[in-house]
Amino acid sequence: MGEHHHGPAKGLMRWVLTTNHKDIGTLYLWFSFAMFILGGSFAMIIRAELFQPGLQLVNPEFFNQMTTMHGLVMVFGAIMPAFVGLANWMIPLMIGAPDMALPRMNNLSFWILPFAFLTLASTLFMDGGAPNFGWTFYAPLSTTYAPPSVTIFIFAVHIMGASSIMGSINIIATVVNMRAPGMTYMKMPLFVWTWLITAFLLVAVMPVLAGAVTMMLMDIHFGTSFFSAAGGGDPVLFQHIFWFFGHPEVYIIILPGFGVVSQVIPAFSRKPLFGYASMVYATASIAFLSFIVWAHHMYTVGMPIAGELFFMYATMLIAVPTGVKVFNWITTMFKGSLTFETPMLFAIAFVFLFTVGGLSGIMLSLAPVDFQYHDSYFVVAHFHYTMVAGAIFSMSCAVYYWLPKWTGKMYNETMGKTHFWISFLGFNLTFFPQHFVGLAGMPRRIPDYALQFADFNMMSSIGAFIYGLSQLLFGFNIIRTIVAGKPAPEAKVWEGAQGLEWTVPSPAPYHTFSTPPEFKAEHH
Amino acid sequence: MYQRAKRLSQLALGPVLLLLSLVTTSAWAEEALPWRRPNQVNTTPGVTEVGHTIFGLHMMVFWLCVVIGLVVLAVMIYTIFAFRKSAGAKASQFHESTALEIAWTVVPFLILIVMAVPATNALIKVYDNTNPDLDILVTGYQWKWKYEYIDPQGNNVSFFSNLRTPQSEIRGEETKGEHYLIEVDEPVVIPVNKKVRFLVTGNDVIHSFWVPELAVKRDAIPGFINEVSARPTEIGVYRGQCAELCGRDHGFMPIVVNVVAENEYNDWLGKKKSEAAELKALMDKQFTLAELVERGKGVYDRACAACHGANGEGGVGKAIAKSPIATGAMAGHLDIIVHGKPGTAMQAFGAQLNEVDLAAVTTYQRNAFGNNMGDMAQPVDVYKVKKGQ
Amino acid sequence: MADNSIARTVTKLSVVVVGMFAFVFVVMVPLYNTFCEVFGLNGKYSGEKYEVVDAKPDESRRIKVVFVANRAEGMPWDFKPKTVEVFVHPGAVANIAYYAKNVTGNDMVAQAVPSFVPARAAQYFHKTECFCFNRQPLAAGHETDLGLQFIVDQELPADISEITLSYTIFDITDRDGGKPVATR
Repeated sequence: MGEHHHGPAKGLMRWVLTTNHKDIGTLYLWFSFAMFILGGSFAMIIRAELFQPGLQLVNPEFFNQMTTMHGLVMVFGAIMPAFVGLANWMIPLMIGAPDMALPRMNNLSFWILPFAFLTLASTLFMDGGAPNFGWTFYAPLSTTYAPPSVTIFIFAVHIMGASSIMGSINIIATVVNMRAPGMTYMKMPLFVWTWLITAFLLVAVMPVLAGAVTMMLMDIHFGTSFFSAAGGGDPVLFQHIFWFFGHPEVYIIILPGFGVVSQVIPAFSRKPLFGYASMVYATASIAFLSFIVWAHHMYTVGMPIAGELFFMYATMLIAVPTGVKVFNWITTMFKGSLTFETPMLFAIAFVFLFTVGGLSGIMLSLAPVDFQYHDSYFVVAHFHYTMVAGAIFSMSCAVYYWLPKWTGKMYNETMGKTHFWISFLGFNLTFFPQHFVGLAGMPRRIPDYALQFADFNMMSSIGAFIYGLSQLLFGFNIIRTIVAGKPAPEAKVWEGAQGLEWTVPSPAPYHTFSTPPEFKAEHH
Repeated sequence: MYQRAKRLSQLALGPVLLLLSLVTTSAWAEEALPWRRPNQVNTTPGVTEVGHTIFGLHMMVFWLCVVIGLVVLAVMIYTIFAFRKSAGAKASQFHESTALEIAWTVVPFLILIVMAVPATNALIKVYDNTNPDLDILVTGYQWKWKYEYIDPQGNNVSFFSNLRTPQSEIRGEETKGEHYLIEVDEPVVIPVNKKVRFLVTGNDVIHSFWVPELAVKRDAIPGFINEVSARPTEIGVYRGQCAELCGRDHGFMPIVVNVVAENEYNDWLGKKKSEAAELKALMDKQFTLAELVERGKGVYDRACAACHGANGEGGVGKAIAKSPIATGAMAGHLDIIVHGKPGTAMQAFGAQLNEVDLAAVTTYQRNAFGNNMGDMAQPVDVYKVKKGQ
Repeated sequence: MADNSIARTVTKLSVVVVGMFAFVFVVMVPLYNTFCEVFGLNGKYSGEKYEVVDAKPDESRRIKVVFVANRAEGMPWDFKPKTVEVFVHPGAVANIAYYAKNVTGNDMVAQAVPSFVPARAAQYFHKTECFCFNRQPLAAGHETDLGLQFIVDQELPADISEITLSYTIFDITDRDGGKPVATR
């Protein structure tokens, strides 16, 4: 490639045919935001129905479709593509590479996603309705007793899985082969490390999910009995296979968020990340341990006690490297020089609220007590603290942090802070009471509930509407920034920010690092 | 500056801890009857020894987590206040310490061991299903529970337990009762201070049998059985719900367990057994279609033909041939024959004919006169209609 | 650009992807079945017929065996154990039977699936003859006794004194391909 750069092509076809990592990152980010709004709408319907006891708005069949689609769209359509979009935009910039290793496969990885989710969303209009068996789709509810849309669901999962796998191969190939000279592994930004490890997790477990849904397909259409006792199979086998994918999946969801926060906190503390090497090892330990804990999602299934104990001990162990990371973030802030722009607000909230989610996770890890928590709202509270206050907050953090680099414009700081505080309030109002109703005995995935759960559910629904509305403010801020934002000051938008991405202009030129940069190590 | 920030966070800590302890301790001190207490924030200690052990473990780890969370929060709040750039803080540049890394790896690990030991002991107790006094086979159906009391002589008492809350309450047409969504027509009755072993299975999809105050939750998996035991130490009514998504009415299949004095249990069981013996006599008679039709013709000629015609053509009564009732749902057909139609000449034959004859004549009507429905009613179905199920 | 090294990385990762997909079918399923057999979960039938060892029954132990019957969704047969509980000595041969009646107007075929609690006991419970070994055809309206012959192994752990065996019958008529039905 010579020094003669073309700007981007004109018109719509630019976006269809682009192989540019910045364009593709932008596509992933907009797609994920649209999915976030869609999945959020499903959640609004759920919380509207749960606002009061009684069935006022939807019937139970449709409610089950809403809970299922909310989970599928948020996990596979919102949060995962969002972090992939971040990876696409930032990894080449952070390692001084001109683009991803496989730019054309990068384009394919993105474009099959809208196709997959359009197909999935269309099931809402099918006979029998959308998938209604929970995003965890246990057999035989999802095989023998499934609506016709289950076949479309399996197809969509395969496509979305292929997208993730291709994206991950691309990320690994890029990080392994295309770092600027002088950037050894232990000098990479932590965000790159967390994505590298996440990509390995994806490559290992997305095929397992593909296997699980293929077995479902075979049971439903080709007369096999993997999950049916009648033919010598076992519904519990499904759960083992699913959660072998499912548990690494939740770390796939959060690890990139850990990486974001590890970039943002040092920037606004004006101090290097504390314990860089420790953070790398902790992330790798979490990833490794994530493979041997899956059955803590299945404590009530009737496993022999030896199995329960093994999974309990392994699950408890994961708290150690996770705690190490939390302590390192706080120590990064300690004796720094702190300012509290919007990215920093989200990062700080992430550290505390993710810790709350982690602590309820420790409670859940204890098998004997989990017999009271399992499949109750206590679990719902736990995973929303880790996935919303964790993954989504870190994603918002990333957007505010890097938006000036992407667009060359500053977002409105007051609006950003407002978005943060309303999100913080709305989120906690939604999910903190759910700990209580779960402990008090309210099961998951029910459209109506006994009277003693009414007050906390009303609180939770009000919080959900507040949180949901604030995301519209977020979208508005982003669009306003792009259209009419004040120009970003310079290449290094934030005083304390470190990394190669802050050495290129804002907005980043269409092609960057066509020649590898001089990389001088910082304080790693 | 730093002193003030420190003081602030210390001051805040006190009231927060106090409030939390009030909230949770009051929940603990309450009786184990959370169904009558709205806005409960804690899980129940329950009425079994295993339940108390679990509750103790829960409170222990809960407090540990609260302390850890508050310490983290306190350090963060202090840091945020003490090291603000706007207050003039200058950033240090230290960025690693092997000693600290070791410390905050080892200390949490030790804390985990402290939790793992009682957790292991509690799990061993949960898994103890030896020497039960009573076995009950619990089967999850879409969307109700079936209970079968295993009797060594084979006289198993068996019944379904359905949600009793009427649709009118669910749709808001009537005020919701106190036990809205957690009441059933036939509760499980068990004697106090006896170890009951629940053998849990599923009929169709996976369900889960959960009664918080008995500290039992086990998945009900079709084709397989699980066991979980409880020895309730207090008389009372304990309510639970299905805890695994199982389709449309997952939220509408509650569990109600009546723990009663032993003699009351024996009386109840005796009553159920004699009902069961009647039922058994009928259930033992599972007739074939041909048998029912043959017998039913005799019954029809005796009891129905006079009004409905020898060939079902009608007369004083409506025609049976091609009748929407005789070619409609079985339930409606049985209902009219057993209960009659008030305000008309159609009497309640449930009072006049036995279950076998009623089943036979219903079957005959559905398969004769060109109706050809191909289905049949068994005496036990009639028995159930008579009992209002 | 290190094109070769990129190609190498991609190839290696693709092998991992294919390998993990195959892992599900080729390793996870058989591993799960083996685990179930070793831990005696879910009454998995390992396919080998137990060879009776000639040994004296252990008269010092009395093991209670409880029998339970279930009918799966869509299976209207009458099905129940003729004996609900027996007491056996480990090592002694015992015989019990289940009763089944096809109450419908159609010829049907059933499959019985066994399941044990406690799970640990299953590997010590040897079924020498079991109706669960074969498909069970039954003509319309007919009834039959289904026999089970078993021996509880002397090696049964000392802390187990009660075993519960449950059978669930499933309707496999459609899977059966319309083979001739024998009435008994």
